[in-house]
Formats: sequence, C-alpha cells, structure tokens
Amino acid sequence: MEVEILARIQFAFTIAFHYIYPPLSIGIGLLMVIFESLYVKTKNKEYHILAKFWTKIFALTFGIGVVTGIVMEFEFGTNWATYSRFVGDVFGSALAAEGLFAFALESGFLGVLLFGWNRVKPITHLIATIGVFLGSMFSAVWIVVANSWQQTPAGYHIVGEGMQARAEITDFWAMVFNPSSVDRVTHVWLGALLAGAFLVLSVHAYYIVRGRYVHISKKAFKIALVVATVFSLGQLATGHSSAEGVAVNQPAKLAALEGHFEANAPADMYLLGWVDKENQEVYGLKVPGGLSFLMHYDFTIPVTGLNAFPEEDRPSQVNAVFQFYHIMIVIGMALIGLTLFSCFLWWKGRLFKYKWLLWTFVFAALLPQIANQAGWFAAEMGRQPWVVYGLLRTSDAFSLAVTQNQLWFSLILFFLVYALLFVLFIYLLDRKIKAGPYDESEQEDRPNTKSMMETMINK
Amino acid sequence: MDTFLGLDYPTLWFLVVGGLFSGYAILDGFDFGAGAWHLFFKKEENRRIALNAVGPVWDGNEVWLVIGGGALFAGFPVMYATFLSSMYIPFILFLVFIIFRAIAIEFRGKEEMLWWRKTWDICYSVSSIALAFLLGVVLGNILQGIAIDDTYHYRGGGFFEFLNPYAIMTGLTSLSLFMMHGAIYLILKTEGRLFAKLTLLLKKSVIFFIVIFSITTLYTLIYIPHLSDKFRDTPILFAVPLLAFLSIANVPRLASKRRYLQAFLFSALTISLLLVLVAIELYPNLLMSTIDPAYNITIYNAASSTKSLKIMLIMTAIGGPLVLGYTAFVYKTFKGKVKLDETSY
Ligand code: HDD
Ligand code: HEM
Ligand code: HEM
Repeated sequence: MEVEILARIQFAFTIAFHYIYPPLSIGIGLLMVIFESLYVKTKNKEYHILAKFWTKIFALTFGIGVVTGIVMEFEFGTNWATYSRFVGDVFGSALAAEGLFAFALESGFLGVLLFGWNRVKPITHLIATIGVFLGSMFSAVWIVVANSWQQTPAGYHIVGEGMQARAEITDFWAMVFNPSSVDRVTHVWLGALLAGAFLVLSVHAYYIVRGRYVHISKKAFKIALVVATVFSLGQLATGHSSAEGVAVNQPAKLAALEGHFEANAPADMYLLGWVDKENQEVYGLKVPGGLSFLMHYDFTIPVTGLNAFPEEDRPSQVNAVFQFYHIMIVIGMALIGLTLFSCFLWWKGRLFKYKWLLWTFVFAALLPQIANQAGWFAAEMGRQPWVVYGLLRTSDAFSLAVTQNQLWFSLILFFLVYALLFVLFIYLLDRKIKAGPYDESEQEDRPNTKSMMETMINK
Repeated sequence: MDTFLGLDYPTLWFLVVGGLFSGYAILDGFDFGAGAWHLFFKKEENRRIALNAVGPVWDGNEVWLVIGGGALFAGFPVMYATFLSSMYIPFILFLVFIIFRAIAIEFRGKEEMLWWRKTWDICYSVSSIALAFLLGVVLGNILQGIAIDDTYHYRGGGFFEFLNPYAIMTGLTSLSLFMMHGAIYLILKTEGRLFAKLTLLLKKSVIFFIVIFSITTLYTLIYIPHLSDKFRDTPILFAVPLLAFLSIANVPRLASKRRYLQAFLFSALTISLLLVLVAIELYPNLLMSTIDPAYNITIYNAASSTKSLKIMLIMTAIGGPLVLGYTAFVYKTFKGKVKLDETSY
C-alpha cells in the first residue's frame, strides 16, 4: 500500500484510540467535582467515597489518555511533515497554548488529586480536582480549535508556492474563533461529558441490579442522570448548529452527510439509508425535503449537492460519511429518549423499579463512545480530499522522508501496543468495578448486606 | 527584522525552546534515571518507595515534553516537520517506550501477583533506560547533522541509520547523566538501607558518566570539528564547558558532604550547561545538512512569522509563570521522604 494510505490509517487508528479516553476523563472529571463539592458542603461521607472511587477510575482513563495523546502530538511531525510545515505558523500556537494553559494545569494538580487525599485540606483537594477538570476542558478547546481551523480556515494568508507554500497567521482571534470553532468545541464538550456521565450511570446501575452498594449508588445515579439529561438535550442543539455551519462553510461535506447528489434541488433527510455512489441513489427511510427544511425552514428550497463540485473536490467515501453521521444522530436521539423517560419515571417515583431499564443503562455507556467516534469519522472523512479545507490536499500532506517499511513497522507496533493497552484497561476497569467504592480503610462504613439491599429494590 | 531587547524573534524563540527542553531534560531526566536503577533494588518495599518517589510528579514532568514539542512545532515548523520525519524510527520507539513506562508506573500496584509486579518492574526499568538513551541518540544526530536537501527533505535511508557510532556515544552519555541525576533524586526521597545503597550507586554513576562524557567529547573534537569552530573564534565561550566540568565535579564533592539537595541542583545545572553548550555549537543552525551547508535548517529559514512568534511570546509570558507555579505547588505538597500509605502505588 502507498505511504499516504498507511499514514492515514495510522493517524485514524491512533487518534480514534486516543479519543476513547479523554472524553471519559473529562466527563468523569465533572462528576468528581460534583461529588466532592457535595462532600465539602454537606460533610456526608458517602460523597467522599464516591469522589474517591471515581478518582481511581479517572486515574486509569487519564493515564492512557496522556500517553496516547503524546503520540498524537508527535505524529503530526513524523507522518505529516508537509502538513506541519504548512499549518505550523497558524495552529502551532494553538497546540502550544494547549500545553501551556491546559496540560500544565491538569498534570500540575493531578498529583494532588490522586495522592493528596491525606496530605491537604479537603478544600485544597477540591481545588485540585477542579483544576484538573478545567485543564481537561481547556485541552479540548485548543485541540478542537486547531482542528476547526483546518476545517474552516480563517485569519491567515498564504505565503510561498507549491510544496513550499504555507499559511501565516494574520489575526490570532480570527484563527481561534474561526467559523466552526464555537459550534464544534461545544459539541465536543457535551459529547465528552456524556461519555463520562453514562459510564457513571452504567457502573451504578450495575451495582443497583446486583444489590451491592445500593444506597450510595442511587445517589450517584440520580446526579449522573441529571447531567446526562441536560447534556443529551444540549447535544441536539449544538449538533444542529454545527450542521448549519457545515452547510455554509463546507457544502460538499453537508451533501455527503445526507447523500445529496443533485447539484441544485431540495434535499431529503434520511433516518436510515444506504448510499449507492455509482447510481447516485440513496435507499432508505426519508423525510422528503427534510434537509431543506432544517437549513432554511422550507421544504422546497434547494440545497447544493455533490454534483455541484468537481469530482476531485468531493469526499470519495460518501456512504461511510453518511453512515457515521447517521449512527451519531440515531444515538443522539436514543440518549434523549432514554434520559427523558428515566426522568419521567423518577418523577413518578419508579426510577429503580425496572431491571431492564437498569440493564439498559449498564450497556448504554457504549452509546456516547460510539457516537463520539462516529461524529469524528463523519467530520474528518467528510473533509476529504482536503487536509486543510480548500487549501491543502491530503495527498500532498504526508512525510516524503518516511518509507513504506517504516510505516508498516510503526503501524503494526502501535496496533499491538494499543491492543495490549485496551485489554489491560478493560481488565483493570472490571477489577475496580468489582472491588467497589469502599477501600479497606473504610470497611467499617460499608453497609452490611445484600438482604437489606434486596428489600430496597424489590420494595 | 524586528527585535526585542536587542534580540530578533527567532533567536528569542530559540531561547524559549531551549529553555523548555532543558527543563524537560532536568525533570524527566531524574525520573528516567530513577527508573533506570529500578531493577537494582531487590526488595518489594524498596521498589515501591522508589516508584512512589516519581509517582506524583512524572506526569507533570512529561508535560514539559508536550510543551516543548508544541513550542517547536509552533515556532520552527520546518524543523519540527523535517526532524521528526527523518528520525521516524527513533521517535516512534520513543513514543512506544513512553507508553510502556507510564502504564508500568500506573498498573504495577494494581495487582498483588508476583509475576504481575515483576513484569511491570522490568517494563518500567527497560523503558526508562531506553528513553534516556534515545534522547541522547536523537541529540547526537542533531549534532552530527543529517542528509537534508534543498527542499528540507531527508535524503537518508536505512532503517537503522539513526543508530550510528556517534549517536550511540551521545546516547550512553545521556543515559549515564540521567542515572546520576536520578540517583541523587532518589537519595533525597529515601531513608535507611535503600538510602545507603543509593549513595554507593551514585558514586559509581558519577564515574561512569565522567568516563563516557570524556570519550564523547574527544570524539567530537576530533571527528566533528565544525562543532568547535565557535569556541575557536570566541575563546570566552570556553567558560561554558569549563563551568560544566566544575559543576560535574561539584556533584560528588557535595554528595560526600551529605549536602544532597545542593548536589541535585548541581547535577541539574550540569544538564542545562551541557545543553547550553549544544545551543552554542549549533546557533543559528537547528539542523545541519551533511549534503551542503547551504541546505542547513536555521532558526531563520525554519521560523514562523514574526507575528506568530510575538503572539506566542506573549502566551509564554503569561503561561510560563503559571507552569512554574503548578510545578512548585506539587513539589511542595510532596516534599520530604516517601511515606507509603493507601493512596500509594
Ligand atoms: C488538530 C488536528 C486534529 C484533531 C483535533 C483531530 N484530527 Fe482527525 N485528522 C487530522 C487532524 C486532527 C489530520 C492530521 O488533518 C488528518 C490526517 C489525515 C487527514 O486527512 O487529516 C486527520 C484524519 C482523521 C481521520 C482519517 C480520515 C481519512 O483519512 O479519511 C479520522 C478517522 C480522524 N482524523 C478521526 C479523528 C478523531 C476520532 C478525532 C478526535 C479526537 C480527530 N480526528 C481529531
Ligand atoms: C490530533 C489531535 C490531538 C493531539 C495532538 C492531542 C495531544 C494530547 C497530548 C500530548 C496529551 C498528553 C498531555 C499530558 O502529557 O498531560 C493529551 C491528553 C489529553 N487530550 Fe488529547 N490530543 C488530541 C486530540 C484530543 C481531542 C480531540 C480531545 C478532546 C476532546 C483531547 C483531550 C485530551 C485530554 C482531556 C487529555 C488529558 C488526558 C486525559 O484526560 O485522558 N485530545 N492529548
Ligand atoms: C442529536 C443530534 C446530533 C446532531 C444533529 C449532530 C450533528 C453533528 C454534525 C453536523 C457534525 C459535523 C460537524 C463538522 O463537521 O463540522 C457532528 C460532529 C460530531 N458529533 Fe454530533 N450531532 C448529534 C449528536 C451527537 C452525539 C449524541 C454525540 C456524542 C455523544 C456527538 C458527537 C460528535 C462528535 C465528537 C463530532 C466530531 C466533532 C465535530 O466535528 O464537532 N454528536 N455532529
């Protein structure tokens, strides 16, 4: 295979793997902050135990997030040398800002968060937790700003020609607030918070069905449910706003997201479907004119389709882009349905009555993860063939100095190492969950009893 | 060209990047060094203490690498792109070892089984050694120069080209330097028999370092003469290697007087002085071409625009003190000897 394809596979694989962990850390971070603030405020020991328990899981996701992130930072240089020369002037500063303002904050306080429980006052510890959480939110900001700049470049001019051409910054704030950053940062934030909240829901739902740590788990479940409900609804709003942005800034991508080929016709919206690129047909369940309506609030207004663009400027994997996008949306709707329904049951006082519902939550932790991955795949594959939209093609962007052999070597190596990491992660996560929230040191607080719990669920 | 305090912007940024990498070498240097010694400790408790001495700080130390990498990307994109892609294999290995080292620290204490802990101990120690060595290897390649053409593309080849004799020498130099540095750090963090053992190890590592360093220096003077041109032109610069030697000599002297904190500071100073030496040898080049000096990557042809550098200098002025502040806060919270408790590894 060619160097370009291998480099793309490697980048997609390593970033997708990285992206399993930061969203969990960000989302769990928010819940740790909530639990710990409740503890500082109410002095209720249970919140302390929850905060400590989730900190342990956080340590796991965070550790893997950090090491896989370092890989990403250097991969720009190793695999995308021409791209790096092209964009360095503009978004190098965003990466530098990420390091200076976000990662330093995060890892500075991390030591205190993990090892400081007995060394500093509760309030100082809470400040450290908040520091780590904010650090992780900021890091999402800067990296997504950088990525948004390559989706919708702004605040730059081009200097030089051919392979020596590069973008130079003319307006820092225009670069930071490029047309898609705000939409995408908020969308990514919520996606990450959902990933964390659903993991918390999942673990505590599991405890509740199993009749372990039920009292404490119900508290945690309710808090996480509020977070999940708010952000599931929020995600629809930020996603819609992203889509409107894509329509304006990257019309070819929008057309691919919905499989809309005709150059200038009203566009349908599909709930599910399959794109046949050869025949320019989409088979599936559709709302005729739906996309036109979403964009212009009128079913008959035309939307630019793929055929309006020269062949070499269109994303080639239309069906993949379409599928990833629809997977995300279906999941988004499912999360809204699930959380709203649960809130309704809670209001009726029947939240923990149904085992099937609890089991649904146990597995629902996968949904935001899948939606996050699918969202990125849709956004990034929909950007092709450009690496920097309209300015630099992916086929011009890779490192000329790197050979196929070297790429095979690194790709296989990363694959093996990441597979091992993933297995270890699942194994240790499972161990932590089975061990439960109580440490040995808190044995005496552990409510004794399976039977007591059982009466509570079946009541 | 615009200047600030009499220096042009690429030069200022060269200083910033140099400062960040020397901060990184000092900080991750001691924890790589500490890791390199790990298998020398035989008792479980000692291994735990040694691990917990770096536990709360290694992640913060690695952030200096991330910031340094970002600063290089942002300030000298040409250098970042050319150098990382031409040193593809060593960097990929470096990343893989970074991963192994971090997870060894994190996962070792999660299970009681002997084989589990042993495996991670080996992982931890081997990857610490490999990382300390690879940093030197990469530096050796910078000092020697590599085959770059007029379009900044690497014209080398060969999977193992990066592992040439000179690079091996610089690799061993950095390994021994970090092992010395790490030993002093562990001395500061330990008591009793482990402490006594480390004081012996420290003596050995100082000798190891001085021998290797002298050989490498001689080799440099003889075979890579262009690196010493600057010193011949401006003899006052000889003060820097002289200071470096004095500073190294000071380490065993202070250690024998049991003034370990000062010894640590001097080994940190040695690391920075050696990097200052490298900086003097290179400036204004970043990477010399072995094909034609006209193709050298310099701070001027590699730099981002002045506008971009200005923006980043402002960011550094705001962010730098913050980073130092957090670093100080962590080291203050965890100062003193390691005490194991239930939050330890
Ligand atoms: C700041 C930059 C940046 C950021 C934050 C991301 N990406 Fe990206 N991505 C790139 C910069 C980039 C790139 C360097 O520009 C690539 C490499 C090749 C290409 O076409 O774009 C790319 C390609 C790329 C591809 C391959 C597309 C293809 O080759 O068809 C996938 C699937 C992803 N990315 C997925 C992700 C995920 C899951 C991310 C979430 C964390 C993500 N990207 C964030
Ligand atoms: C190509 C893109 C990316 C690069 C180059 C990158 C780089 C990095 C680096 C270098 C680290 C380790 C920092 C440390 O040492 O503490 C890291 C961790 C992290 N990254 Fe990424 N990252 C990328 C994508 C993302 C995205 C899209 C997000 C968020 C939405 C993100 C969020 C985080 C967070 C929160 C951490 C802290 C570790 C954790 O929480 O697991 N990163 N990343
Ligand atoms: C509910 C309806 C949703 C809509 C209408 C929607 C819309 C969109 C659109 C249009 C994009 C492409 C943006 C671009 O390319 O610039 C996108 C990307 C993305 N979506 Fe969604 N989304 C929804 C739900 C979700 C959910 C539930 C998640 C995760 C939990 C999610 C995570 C992501 C991510 C991570 C990206 C990639 C980053 C980005 O480009 O912003 N989305 N979404």
